[in-house]
Amino acid sequence: MGRSKVIKVNLMAWIFLLPSLIFLIMFTLYPVISTLISSFYKSDLSTIEPLFVGFDNYQSMMEDEVFRKAFINNIWFAIGTVPTSVLIGLLLAILVNRTFIGKSLSRVFFFYPVVIPMVAASFIWLFFYTPDYGMVNSILKLFGFGELNFLGNSDTALLSIIIMVVWKEAGFFMIFYLAALQNIPKDLLEAARIDGASKWRQFRSIVFPLLMPTTLFSAIIATTNAFKTVDQLVVMTQGGPNNASNLLLYYIYENTFRFMDYGKAATVTVIVLIIMVLIAAIQFFATDKKIHYS
Amino acid sequence: MNRLISISTYILALLWALPFFGIVFMAFKDASAQGYSLTFKNFIDAWNAAPFGQYYLNTLIIVFVILGVQLLTITLAAYAFARMNFFAQGFIFMLFLVQIMIPSDVLIFPNSNTIAQLGIYDTKLAIMIPYFISAFGIFLLRQTFKGVPYELEEAAKMEGCSRLQIIRNVYVPLAKPTYVAFGLISVSTQWSNFLWPLIITDSDENRPLTVGLSMFAKASDSGAQWGVVCAGTLFIILPLLLAFLLFQKQFVSSFMQSGIK
Repeated sequence: MGRSKVIKVNLMAWIFLLPSLIFLIMFTLYPVISTLISSFYKSDLSTIEPLFVGFDNYQSMMEDEVFRKAFINNIWFAIGTVPTSVLIGLLLAILVNRTFIGKSLSRVFFFYPVVIPMVAASFIWLFFYTPDYGMVNSILKLFGFGELNFLGNSDTALLSIIIMVVWKEAGFFMIFYLAALQNIPKDLLEAARIDGASKWRQFRSIVFPLLMPTTLFSAIIATTNAFKTVDQLVVMTQGGPNNASNLLLYYIYENTFRFMDYGKAATVTVIVLIIMVLIAAIQFFATDKKIHYS
Repeated sequence: MNRLISISTYILALLWALPFFGIVFMAFKDASAQGYSLTFKNFIDAWNAAPFGQYYLNTLIIVFVILGVQLLTITLAAYAFARMNFFAQGFIFMLFLVQIMIPSDVLIFPNSNTIAQLGIYDTKLAIMIPYFISAFGIFLLRQTFKGVPYELEEAAKMEGCSRLQIIRNVYVPLAKPTYVAFGLISVSTQWSNFLWPLIITDSDENRPLTVGLSMFAKASDSGAQWGVVCAGTLFIILPLLLAFLLFQKQFVSSFMQSGIK
């Protein structure tokens, strides 16, 4: 290729990329850097001009009760949602990966929560959990139990949200497992059956190991979701009662738009960014290994 | 044994469906009547109590303008990554990876600052602009473009086609299934988007359905109003559910592809 042709291709490629690059810089790259810088400045309602404070924001964040609570809640939220929704996804996939009457309808029922917006799901469950009129309480009353204020009680608020998120997410992982189950070579299971392996043995020794990449992949998606979705908190609890259901992203939202503490909002954003990069790194190394093994 | 498994599947499926049936039941229930009597009153009340027509229009504009711009930007970028050798290609590719790693909801704080600086707060443009590119879409399409036989491009070149003509006449038609998959993901994601439009809008003129519903529900925050809120919730869900039932196969396969997002 001639030199002028190389320049021409280069120029054209960059023109093709330019629109994407502009938006990428404006709404992903620049914000990441500007947040990092803002996290070193004190900037709230009491400071007129942002004031450079070094690591002060990070230190005061560590001492902030609400931040610690949101952080620990987020860990519990991840522990509560990730393994549960992935395992239930696997269970559902096994259940609907057979021929039986009502197979496609069952699949639709398990998958539809994935399609509906989180906000709509939140209103549905808000109605479910409501003390006086709520469906769950109506059922409980039917069996002679007392009334429970699921979202208004700090012991049950986070758990109630975890249950709802598992309901919404499990169908998503079900389809990954369904695809993986259908990819398992039939002759492998056939051979195991001829050798006299029980169903459970087949599952434990053949199916489950072959599903490992899917499990890992689903777990990573579920973990990312646990740190990036807060629509349900805005609708259902506003992080309450007494911060019992506050999560990191909701805490960022509150500090930005309610308390106008921009230094703190930036600092917590940096923490969540670090968590995101860590999850991506785990994914990168884990999938790298998978390629070697398969 | 098989029977037992089927029965437990039915029970679980019903359990999963219960929330949906619950709100449908509530939406059609006449709150003023004794027992259960069917009524459309809740839907009419909800529709009249908030500008849902405007919200629908806003959501449709937002969803389809984003999709249109995305299709343009991802096609050009995907072609450059798939079929052109250019300076710093690997590095630029890595920069795009950052967008996949970091979900935009995490960046609400800095991005709302950018919107304020641009002076476009409370506009539809502010809701749409962060989503004008999709690194996920670029990577998905790049993969498809790479699978197109290079001979086709050569032949088109011989015919005297320009690069843009080649993209339009060779690559785009062959990548149709990928475009459909991406389109379904983009539309359903943006239809459901809530946090960002909530932050960046302040008037009914620009609010999408999701934010409109939450405002409306907050305003009618009393137990007796549940039927109306359930009806409003159905306004958001029904178009998506309908699309899902119509394009079930494509939906499921595109959601699977979105897993790598």
